[in-house]
Amino acid sequence: MDRIKRWARQILAHLDIPLLLVILVLMVFGLLTIYSATASGGFAKLDNQLVNMAVALGIMVAVSQTPPQKLMRFAVPLYLTGLVLLVGVALFGIVVNGSRRWLSLGFVRIQPSEIMKIAMPLMLAWYFHKYESVLKLKHFAIATGILLLPIVFILKQPDLGTSLLVGAAGFFVIFLAGLPWKIMFGLGAAAGAALPFAWNMLHDYQRRRVLTLLDPSSDPLGAGYHIIQSTIAIGSGGPFGKGWLEGTQTHLEFIPEKHTDFIFAVFSEEWGLLGNGILLLLFILLIGRGLMIAAAAPTLFSRLLAGSITLVLFIYAFVNMGMVSGILPVVGVPLPFISYGGTALVTLMLGVGMLMSIHTHRMLVKK
Amino acid sequence: MGDFHHNEQDLERFRSRVLIAGAGVLLLFALLFARFFYLQVLQHEYYTTRAESNRISLVPIVPNRGNIVDRNGVILARNYSAFTLEITPAKTLGLEETIDGLAEIVEIQVKDRRRFKRLLEESKNFESIPIRTRLTDEEVARFAANRYRFPGVEVKARLFRQYPEGTLAAHAIGYISRINAKDVEWIEENGHTANYKGSEHIGKVGLEQHYEFELHGTTGYEQVEVDAGGRAVRVLSHTPPIPGNNLTLTLDTKLQQVAEAAFGTRRGSLVALDPSNGAVLALVSAPAFDPNLFVDGIRFDDWDELNNNPDKPMLNRAIYSAHPPGSTFKPLMALAALTQGKRTTTQAIADPGYFNFGNHRFMDDKVGGHGMVDMWKSIVVSCNTYYYQLANDMGIDNIARFMGSLGLGSRTEIDIPGEATGVLPSPEWKQRRFKKREHQKWYAGETISVGIGQGYNAYTTLQMAHALANVLNYGRVFRPHIVNTIQDPSSGEERKVEPQPVRQVALKPEHVDFIKRAMAGVNKEGTGARAFAGAPYESGGKTGTAQVFSLKGQKYVAGQVKERLRDHSWFVAFAPVEQPRIVVAVMVENGGFGAASAAPIARQVFDYYLLGKLPGGPAPEVEAPEDGPQQALENGHGQD
Repeated sequence: MDRIKRWARQILAHLDIPLLLVILVLMVFGLLTIYSATASGGFAKLDNQLVNMAVALGIMVAVSQTPPQKLMRFAVPLYLTGLVLLVGVALFGIVVNGSRRWLSLGFVRIQPSEIMKIAMPLMLAWYFHKYESVLKLKHFAIATGILLLPIVFILKQPDLGTSLLVGAAGFFVIFLAGLPWKIMFGLGAAAGAALPFAWNMLHDYQRRRVLTLLDPSSDPLGAGYHIIQSTIAIGSGGPFGKGWLEGTQTHLEFIPEKHTDFIFAVFSEEWGLLGNGILLLLFILLIGRGLMIAAAAPTLFSRLLAGSITLVLFIYAFVNMGMVSGILPVVGVPLPFISYGGTALVTLMLGVGMLMSIHTHRMLVKK
Repeated sequence: MGDFHHNEQDLERFRSRVLIAGAGVLLLFALLFARFFYLQVLQHEYYTTRAESNRISLVPIVPNRGNIVDRNGVILARNYSAFTLEITPAKTLGLEETIDGLAEIVEIQVKDRRRFKRLLEESKNFESIPIRTRLTDEEVARFAANRYRFPGVEVKARLFRQYPEGTLAAHAIGYISRINAKDVEWIEENGHTANYKGSEHIGKVGLEQHYEFELHGTTGYEQVEVDAGGRAVRVLSHTPPIPGNNLTLTLDTKLQQVAEAAFGTRRGSLVALDPSNGAVLALVSAPAFDPNLFVDGIRFDDWDELNNNPDKPMLNRAIYSAHPPGSTFKPLMALAALTQGKRTTTQAIADPGYFNFGNHRFMDDKVGGHGMVDMWKSIVVSCNTYYYQLANDMGIDNIARFMGSLGLGSRTEIDIPGEATGVLPSPEWKQRRFKKREHQKWYAGETISVGIGQGYNAYTTLQMAHALANVLNYGRVFRPHIVNTIQDPSSGEERKVEPQPVRQVALKPEHVDFIKRAMAGVNKEGTGARAFAGAPYESGGKTGTAQVFSLKGQKYVAGQVKERLRDHSWFVAFAPVEQPRIVVAVMVENGGFGAASAAPIARQVFDYYLLGKLPGGPAPEVEAPEDGPQQALENGHGQD
């Protein structure tokens, strides 16, 4: 008994309670909204998501027990594996819905770009950590190379959403590592200049998404339909919402992808501005806690990793809510902890686990 | 130590970057919140409306059209429910393939396809168009089993208009047919657009058209919640339709049958009125058409047949065809003379058989003339000379004023649309009618032919019946009407249509009575005697013959003139003489002498109406009266 108690206490010791509480509240919101969005189909989706959450929580707990030094050891192999698999996708990938994103390993299909979401911040944090004392501009250049290489492959698939998330994860590491402002602005200007070329490289459907964002009514039955319907859902929700299970836009199937990428429209219609405010507050608490963990982290690796993971969480939330409410183009980014789906949740909780590990192992490092 | 400083510096920089990032996070979230505030507070109403219009769809429920019954409750127009097979072209995978596939399951004839094609051209792609109507139960079952193969095809239970009596009184009742673009305009002009949401049919002719807004009813609707696919999820509210009003006619179906049968295969028209109130007892235009053909879109060959038939069955002769009334005009002329003091009843003329006017000699119909002719005799023997003189003495303005007061030359305002005004000749009319100066002048000689009902005179059968009814009624003018009462089927409330006279013509009763007696004389011993031989009731009448074309001085012999160029035959009559219960005007196209062709029809109608006697067959042609060997005239060859 005692041993079990001690073991349990040890496990608990590596969990960050504020972080866990916020995430659990978000998950409850997620479950309620998924139920509302899929009520016509019974409890099937809800049950699945409960399993997804249990698995993801388990992974989070496991990762939180793993000290950051150990995590660091995974950086290079994971990055290289991810890169090899991405090349594999480009060569042998399976095309689903016009995108080559999946790789079949015989018994299971995997999406290697998902691995990069974790591998990228790990790899760059490891890299900067390694050259911490001798950090020069050269290293920033190499880091940028490490960042861009897999992104080129992911963009080619094409997968704008994942490219954005992987790119953000990498960029935040480089930014937090202290990339000089001058260079940042310089690169920003260069990127702006390169925009027309980038526009030419975009696929037709991606261009259409951007154009539709600028004027959704230009294509009300085609690409604009999603945005128009989700904006109607949000707007008609009003200050206090229509009430749980009462969203007409949701229940009459006007909202596409309503339990996955567009779940925020469902939430917003039923919970109103009040619900949205609470949701934003929860994310601010989550991100605030993450940034505190980053600021308090003892090593450069853990600082950069924690910072990047936290800010990527923000990117998820901002891009998702931004696209559903019609101020950002539609890219495939789920609303963290709320959207239905196991893969994204597991990746997110891996990140949260790392945050917890970084925070709860800081004393040990100092010792 | 340097390392430590270095580390401290790095940490500071890191923390400042974290702060910057945190500030960025707050800023962007504030931006999001501003967006939510804009959508959910500032634009809330707008989006609520959009969400509501997204989800709520109004489905109109078409009301039952009112029934039409005759004065005895015999149904003339009603609705029945039947299954139709309908195609929504926009929802099919291929229109031709769909129809071919359906043809394997239910019978689809070439004419069904043709009709479908025609309806398709008239309607929008997302409307549901019938390919087959009146499916049998077996056909419905067979389609139901194969339904999955035919997206966009549905069996619908629909109400159909049915005219159980077929061609009977078709011109009076009219028919309904699918709403076309012109009807939509008409509906809009009358401010009924909202009430016609969902309606597919509208009255096109006759009572169905005139009383369209009475018969139609008020459209109900269901507020239905629909999903993004347009499927109805549930009914939010239900406002039932209010059925259209029923019409009870003054028409007597039996009498109508008798009157129609009396025509046999002849073309012509008959109007029977109740002189005491203007009620239409029978309204015949022969030949007729079957209004049932039009209800679900007339088939091409039927339409072709109706349109190209030389007998013009679609033409409502009773109210639209105007012809010179011939001698049926004479009693009215006589009444005009009495009323205006131009003649007394006893004033007589010596008829030499002609009337000289300028260089013209107007011929009487009897060679050598009728001898001494007073007013009574002028009517009974139909003496032309008497009226040539009378017309000349009265002048065209007096004639026109009097005839106009009886209703000739203007619409009677009967409650079926499409009435002709006819022609009441006068110098003013001529000026309006002709464009060239030289044609506009009125010649005194023209007045003389007007006096015997020829010349420019042209009246409809309805107008002649109406004018006589007005006389018999001592000048009280009733608007002729076919509808007696309009009944609200839900409340049972009834509205009676117009029992009051619309105006009074100043006639002296003794003058009217004299005319009545003279017309009774016609049927007793004059030109109508043969047709009314042995009638147990006393009736009054007047025969007339309207020339179809001028023979320019040649002798008119009926047998030598092509059938379609033969004279039109007129007869106006009433009975009983003392208290007239019925007045008729009969016009038989190319019937020859009025006495021969039109009078026997009136006899059969009176026999049925007054005695309940059903005729054995169409009215026979009786021989022309002995005193009427037809003489060619310059202005009117046939007068009897």
